[in-house]
This record gives sequence, C-alpha cells and structure tokens, in this order.
Amino acid sequence: MDMPSPDAGALARRPALLAELAAVVARDALISDPVGLRAYECDALTAYACTPLAVVLPGSTGEVAAVLRICHAAGVPVVPRGAGTSLAGGALPTADCVVLGVARMTEVLEVDTADRLIRVQTGRTNLQVTAAVEEAGFFYAPDPSSQLACAIAGNIAMNSGGAHCLKYGVTANNLLGVTLVTMEGEVMEIGDGHLDAAGLDLLGLICGSEGQLGVVTEATLRILPQPEGARPVLMGFASAEAAGACVADIIRSGVLPVAIEFMDRPCIEACEAFSGAGYPDCEALLIVEVEGSEDEIAATLRRVLAVAAAHDPVATREAADADEAARIWLGRKSAFGAMGQLGDYICLDGTIPVSQLPLTLRRMSELAQARGLRVANVFHAGDGNMHPLILFDANTEGQLETAEALGADILRLCVEVGGCLTGEHGVGVEKRDLMTAQFSAGDLEMQMRVKDVFDPRWLLNPAKVFPLAASAARREAAA
Amino acid sequence: MSAGGEDRRGGAAPPPATGGPPGEYFRREEMRRPETEADLARMVALDGGPLLLEGGGTRAVGRPARGRGLSVAGISGVTLYEPGALTLSARAGTPLAEIEALLAGEGQRLAFEPMDHRGLLGTSGTPTLGGMVAANATGPRRMVAGAVRDAVLGLRFVTGEGAVVKSGGRVMKNVTGYDLAKLMTGSWGTLGAITEVTLKVLPAPEARATLEIPGLDPVAAVAAMSAALGSPFEVTGAAHGDLGQGVVTLLRLEGFAPSVEDRAVRLARMLEPHGPVRRRLDGEAAPDPWVAVRDVGPFHGVPGDVWRISLRPSRAAEAVARIGGPVLLDWGGGLIWALTEPGRDLRAELAGLGGHARLERATPGADPALATFPPEPAAVARLSRDLRARFDPRGRFATGRMEPDTAEQGPRPGGWRSPDLATADAKSDGPAVAGPATFGRTT
Ligand SMILES: Cc1cc2nc3c(=O)[nH]c(=O)nc-3n(C[C@H](O)[C@H](O)[C@H](O)COP(=O)(O)OP(=O)(O)OC[C@H]3O[C@@H](n4cnc5c(N)ncnc54)[C@H](O)[C@@H]3O)c2cc1C
Ligand SMILES: Cc1cc2nc3c(=O)[nH]c(=O)nc-3n(C[C@H](O)[C@H](O)[C@H](O)COP(=O)(O)OP(=O)(O)OC[C@H]3O[C@@H](n4cnc5c(N)ncnc54)[C@H](O)[C@@H]3O)c2cc1C
Repeated sequence: MDMPSPDAGALARRPALLAELAAVVARDALISDPVGLRAYECDALTAYACTPLAVVLPGSTGEVAAVLRICHAAGVPVVPRGAGTSLAGGALPTADCVVLGVARMTEVLEVDTADRLIRVQTGRTNLQVTAAVEEAGFFYAPDPSSQLACAIAGNIAMNSGGAHCLKYGVTANNLLGVTLVTMEGEVMEIGDGHLDAAGLDLLGLICGSEGQLGVVTEATLRILPQPEGARPVLMGFASAEAAGACVADIIRSGVLPVAIEFMDRPCIEACEAFSGAGYPDCEALLIVEVEGSEDEIAATLRRVLAVAAAHDPVATREAADADEAARIWLGRKSAFGAMGQLGDYICLDGTIPVSQLPLTLRRMSELAQARGLRVANVFHAGDGNMHPLILFDANTEGQLETAEALGADILRLCVEVGGCLTGEHGVGVEKRDLMTAQFSAGDLEMQMRVKDVFDPRWLLNPAKVFPLAASAARREAAA
Repeated sequence: MSAGGEDRRGGAAPPPATGGPPGEYFRREEMRRPETEADLARMVALDGGPLLLEGGGTRAVGRPARGRGLSVAGISGVTLYEPGALTLSARAGTPLAEIEALLAGEGQRLAFEPMDHRGLLGTSGTPTLGGMVAANATGPRRMVAGAVRDAVLGLRFVTGEGAVVKSGGRVMKNVTGYDLAKLMTGSWGTLGAITEVTLKVLPAPEARATLEIPGLDPVAAVAAMSAALGSPFEVTGAAHGDLGQGVVTLLRLEGFAPSVEDRAVRLARMLEPHGPVRRRLDGEAAPDPWVAVRDVGPFHGVPGDVWRISLRPSRAAEAVARIGGPVLLDWGGGLIWALTEPGRDLRAELAGLGGHARLERATPGADPALATFPPEPAAVARLSRDLRARFDPRGRFATGRMEPDTAEQGPRPGGWRSPDLATADAKSDGPAVAGPATFGRTT
C-alpha cells in the first residue's frame, strides 16, 4: 500500500511545532517520545504502521480548536483518532502528521430521558454511553462488536453499525447533533436535540466522513427505551442457499427481527472448536433474535420458525431462558477470536443485496480456490453486510499480498452484484484504491468538492478514502 | 410512464440524445419536461438559470421561489423492487401513489409516512418521489422509523453543471464514501436535480391501535407523550391537538394483532395517571386521525401563515405558550405546527428555545422580509453556501427557495479550484457527461 511521501518541511519544523502545541494542552497531553508514540503507530488494521510527528490528547473542545489552529497555520496534516479500533486504517498516521486523539474527552454532558437523548464528549466509548442511561431504562442502539473499546468519535466518523441495526439503524440514524471543529479551528454546532436539519443536512454529511471534514468533540445521541426482553432462535441448514433464501422469506413475512446473523461451515466449525457452543453440524446457520414481551417473543419466534420450515432446517434451537440465549450467542460473539486461533485473517466488510447471497457465496469460494486460500463467513445477513474472513499465514512469504488480492477480488464481486465496498468499517486506506470500482471519476469529484469546502487545504486525514491519484492534485496544491 | 432507452443497468453506452438541438430549450417559454436523465442533464448544462425544479409542484412551501420551471415528472418509473430485501428504486418523477400502491400489494410501505402538502398549501398535482426526497417530507412515524433521509439508500442527481452523479447504492448498509444522498435529501432542489432514488421500505403492520386522552393542556400532553415514548411499548405516533372534536392527545401502536392488543392494554394502564385514556375506534366512517396529523388537517383552508417548528419536546410547552394560538403537536412535541396571523415573526418570538422554524405557508403579500427557511449561524451558513457553490457553480438552481441569493456567491478563494465536473471522465455505468461536452457552453 502506498502513502504519500512525508512533507520534508513539516518534519523540519517539528521542534517549533512541539513547542507551540505544548503551550496549549496539559503537560502530559503532548506525546513526542518514541516509546509513547509507538502506541499510536497504527489502528486495528495492524498490517500497516507509521510513527507520527506527535500525538496530542486535548481535554476540551477549546484545546482541540487551539491544536488545529496551530497545525493549520503550520500546514501540518492532522489525523483524528478515537480508540484506534478502525479496521480500515482510518486512524493510520503519516510521518508528517499530528495525531489528535479525543480519548481523554469522556464526559457525559447531559442526559434527558424526557427528550430521549444524551450528550457526550466523543472520546467516551460506545458501551459507556449505554452504561450512562441503563439505570433509567434506556440504551444507545448502535452496537459494534468493538463497543467495549471503540469511541463515539470513531463511530460517527465511520457511521458504524452493529448486530442490531436491522431494526435500529446505524450511527447516522441515531445521531442528533455534533460539535465540530474545522481544520481552521472554527467551532460549530450542527444539530441539537431536535430531529431534523434547519437547512442542508450537514449532520448526515459529517457522519461517515472518516475524520476528513472536521474533528467531532461532542455529540448528541438518541437513546431508546430498553425492550422488555429479547430472545434468539438458532437454525441450521443443509446449504448456504437455503439459509439465504430463508433470510429473504423472514423479512418478506413482515417480521422485523432485531438481528439475523449468518455463519457458514468453516466458521461454525471454528467457533465450535473454540467455544463449544454446541452448534449443529451443518452447512450454514442463522441466529434470529426478536424483541418484545414474553408473549410477543413467543408468537414472533413461532412465525420465524414457520417460515424457516419451508427451507427444511436440519436443526432448530429456541432459547427457553437467558442462559440458553447466551449460549446461542456465545459462538457468534467469539467468532473473531475463534478465527484468530486458526491463524491470521483479514476481515472484509462488503455489503450485497440479500437476494444475491447464494450467488455471492458460491463465487466467493471459487475466487478463494483460485488463489489457494480459505474464506469463512460470519455476517449480518438481514442487511446483507458480509464479513468474509480470509485465512492466511503471515509468516509465509507473499501470503499477505495474496490474501489482500483475494480481498480486492471479493469486494469487487460485492460491487458487481449490486452492493458496495464497505458496509460499516469505512474506506480508510484499506479500500481507498478500490473506490474506482464503485464510483466514477465524476462521483468522486463531487465527494472531494465536499472536502474542499470543509478543509480547503486538505490537511485533515488527507491520504484516506480517495484513491491517491485522484486526490493528488488537491493534496499537493495544499502543501 | 417509464422513460425509454434510459436503463443504465443494461449497457455501458450513454443513451442517444433525445429532443432537438440545444437551442430549442431556450426558445420554449413553457415549463421544460425532460423524459430522461440525459435529457435533463443537457437542459441543466445549457439553460440559463435559475431553474425551479418541480416534481408534482405540490410542495411550494413558504414564499415564492424564482426560476423557469423544469419538471422532473417525465422521468418516471419503478426500476427495481425486491420485497425480500426491503428495497425499491424508482426514477424521481414517479408518482408517490404508484409507489405506495406497489408496496401495498406486497404488504409493505414507506415507513417514514410522507406528508402530503396539497391540503395545507392549497396546491394540486401529483406528488412525486423526487419532490418527497427533495423536501425530506416525513410524517408522524419520524421518532421510530426515521425521516426520508434515513430511508434513502442511494440516489442519482444532475449537478448544476449538468453532470450525472451517484451516491450510496441499493443496499441497507453502505459507508463507502461521503453520504451525498443525505445532503441531497431535503435540499429542496437547490443543489441538483434528483433523477433516481433507492429507498429502504418496511413491512406494513398487520394491526394498529390508537389511544387518546382528551383535554390535556400542552404541559400535561407533552409529559404523557414523553412517558409513552419512553416506554418499551414501541409507540409509533404521539400527537396532540384539536382534530375537530376537541383537544386530544393521541398515541399509536402498530404490529401483529395480538401484540398490539397486549401493548394497548398495558400502555393505557401506564398512562392512567395522566388522564382518562380511551381507545379510539378505527373505522371507515371516521377520518383517519393520523392522516390528519400527518397533513396538518386542522389548518387546511384556514387563512393565516403556517409555521413548522422543530425543537426538543421538553421545550414544546413553552413554545406553545409564546405562540398563544392554534397549534398541532406531533413527534411527541418535537414538531409543532402553528397557525398565526399573516406576517407575524414567530421565529423571533421563539428565540432561545433551540431548534428552528420554517414558514411553511406564507400569506401572499404579508411581510416580505420573513424568510421561508431559518437563517443559519454564520459558520454553518458559510458551509452551506460553499457547498451550493461547488454543486452548482453557475447558480442554475439558485431559486432562493432555501437561502436568499446564492447565485452571486462563488467558492471561497484559496485552496484547490475544482476542474469542470462535466468534463471529468465518465464511468461505464452511467452517462455521466451530458451537455457542454457535446454542445459547448452557451452561457
Ligand atoms: C474486533 C473488532 C470488531 C469490530 N466490529 C465492528 C462492528 O460490529 N461494526 C462496525 O461498524 N465496526 C466494527 N469495528 C470497527 C471499528 O471498531 C469502528 O470503525 C469504530 O467506530 C472505530 O472507532 P474508534 O473510536 O476506534 O475510531 P478510530 O479507529 O480511532 O478512528 C476511526 C476513524 O475515525 C476518525 N476519527 C476518530 N476520532 C475522530 C474525531 N473526534 N473526529 C473526527 N474523526 C475522528 C479517524 O480519523 C478514523 O478515520 C470493529 C473493530 C474491531 C477491532
Ligand atoms: C408556469 C409556472 C409558474 C409558476 N410560478 C410560481 C411562482 O411564481 N411562485 C411559486 O411559488 N410557485 C410557482 N409555480 C409553482 C412552482 O413552480 C412549483 O410549485 C415549484 O416548482 C415547486 O414545486 P414543488 O416542486 O412544490 O413540489 P414538489 O414537486 O413536490 O417538490 C418539492 C421540492 O423539491 C424540489 N424538487 C422536486 N423534484 C425534484 C427533483 N427531482 N430533484 C431535486 N429537487 C426536486 C422542488 O424544487 C421543491 O423545492 C409555478 C409553476 C408553473 C408551472
């Protein structure tokens, strides 16, 4: 993967820059020693790492603005960072950048259950948002699997989703307002506790913009009353096709489960070996979770099972109590850990139309065979967001590259069948150069014009999202 | 209905140009009515602005906008419907009624419950998909089902330079690139002409129940609605006002029949401390109260200005007190419709309450200084203006509908200057270039 060569000028001005930054943040909030910087070399896309010029961890919106003003004046790029769990390299530094982390800004600023919202500083983790409203009977709906670690900042920048977004939507559908600091250091409020934009929907534009339009320091989030209860059912099928068809039929039947998760045989076997969840021996399984009162859950699960019956499930297991529900989820929740036991893997994140599921799975295994690698699948089937895991051995010369090439094949396949390159992890550096498979030059030009408006000098996270060749002229004009 | 020869999915080649030589569009004074996306792109590229985009012409909110009419109604037809994937794509001019009928046939619906503006604005015509999206026209189910902007999975549009651009796609989860589809939704024809939209649709519920509490004052009504919306019973409507038989607070439940029954009983019990709760009977005889709420029925044909106020529910009671006249509350108090005497500056009177107010229906001849859309804080206004300048550098869509006079404003100096979009090379999947590349610039 290419990154632009670092700006020699920025490197040369490092000492002066450090002095200026030291003047606007707390003493321990500026990290510039090699050991301290190491922790910020990469995000969860660990194959790539680079030491930044410095890391700053401001404690307030005012400090964020001051840091940005300094970097803007010095022409130094800034890479915003939440918790660094991006799987797309969104928070990957460059050698000439300052990493601006919001990890120390974790306060709850307001909770209002009558207006059903919470306002937080964006360094707060996703799970800690729900923790702040749980006792009052509410929760924050988007629940990425990384929710224990990832910050609201990264969730907003990536428009993150979770297992329950079939019913509750992704971050963009649950975000009411942000405090945004532009690269020039201007602070602005966009949205608040009301439900719709006064003018153009800038909030919708900022959500999912991968830290390229501004630094989000505070956020107003919708909170929802907790459901009375939730229970999953597990169903095994003799073929991936049957499971895929069952997903479409469940949705068509008028049931709207909170989650429909899919696992294929390689994944089932790995999870079984890892967690002993007691999954059936089958080609594909679905975990369908529904919510409501006890009666409602029972009635809805009956409907789901009736629909599934037409697809000859080889096994069905309905959770009778919380314990059994936990066991059904156990295997799924440990899927990534289980795959880790099998060796190295790359986790992809393309989305396809649900109707294309059987075809896509078949073509995917052909692509894998052609490259001599194995792929396991575990994903949110209700919305077609696939997470193919490409298994490889990092110690074998050339396998990482082969695995990456297979990843690109698979993502192009997702686009070809009517889907997209990324459903929730973002483009970052990982899918940057594949963007031309999904977008025309004119489409990308309009997106880049948006960045021109928010960040005319292209200093915020500049080497991400757009193919380097497409953004080169803009980045160079700024330098 | 369907625009011939325009299906991009079929082949790579741009469709042949329809219509006559470019000059023709200037000679005709009547509203232009392109039949294809390529046709529309050519008109935008060649015509002098401003062009007032129209779908069905039913949502002419606020003060008059200016421009030569350009109707998108001819670019029509559903292009994809997959009930099992909850997705529908259609060209922008497709009548909403056609889409709703198609969905109903499969037991599905547009969950965001699009408002029909005709009764309130006294317009006639056929509401279109493009107009609905451009107006982000959302109804009472907003709190749980989201707005139009939450259901738009992707769209195609023509920029002010006549270039065809797409954003998003047809899948439920998609974070590939910036979400221009959200930006276009609710842009009221001021950024570009939407030509095709893909929406997330949802199953229509099997049953519905409406509870009502008569006679609450606004403070008590908002409290009751907040309690209901904070309950686990999945309330899908919470409104308050006089729909013809005295003031009532309405709460709606939807879903499978047994579940609705069960929740109705329990919600009613929970709300007892707020006032006498009764079940409203849904019958053919009585007009649907939720349609009246959605379309602001109480103000149809009643003279006066109509304001649409979006704010935190907890501030609704104070707002209602300051308004001091007829109101209809929706979204649990998060949306207030207010009927006022012509020319009254309600926006100024509600200052300090947060949120914003749009002059949805302006009485002709009343105070011309009242803007339809709320003014934005300077920094936000600058972003909006710069975005318009990048999407529409020549002010083709500067009709003054959302913002006064964008035409004179160019992009901010400094930084990168964009190349002419219309000359950027096209991808195989769409006729991305039309107009100038073929005919040369005329303005
Ligand atoms: C095990 C595992 C499971 C995961 N599961 C899911 C999942 O289920 N669903 C899902 O959607 N994702 C998932 N992810 C991906 C990741 O957790 C999300 O993308 C998450 O939102 C990143 O948050 P973060 O705080 O770690 O952001 P970071 O990694 O720090 O940054 C991510 C992006 O946000 C930008 N950014 C950070 N802070 C700011 C700010 N204050 N202002 C503006 N931009 C900012 C960065 O520049 C970068 O582009 C998973 C990751 C892992 C490792
Ligand atoms: C000859 C003539 C003269 C007129 N003179 C006036 C006048 O002086 N003053 C006045 O107020 N009205 C006038 N109108 C009516 C006015 O043109 C329409 O009402 C106006 O275009 C708005 O239509 P409509 O679009 O409300 O409704 P919809 O078609 O429902 O559209 C709602 C909004 O979305 C925009 N829109 C619609 N479709 C799209 C699309 N596909 N892409 C992007 N944006 C879209 C519209 O511009 C509008 O802002 C006139 C109409 C005609 C035919």
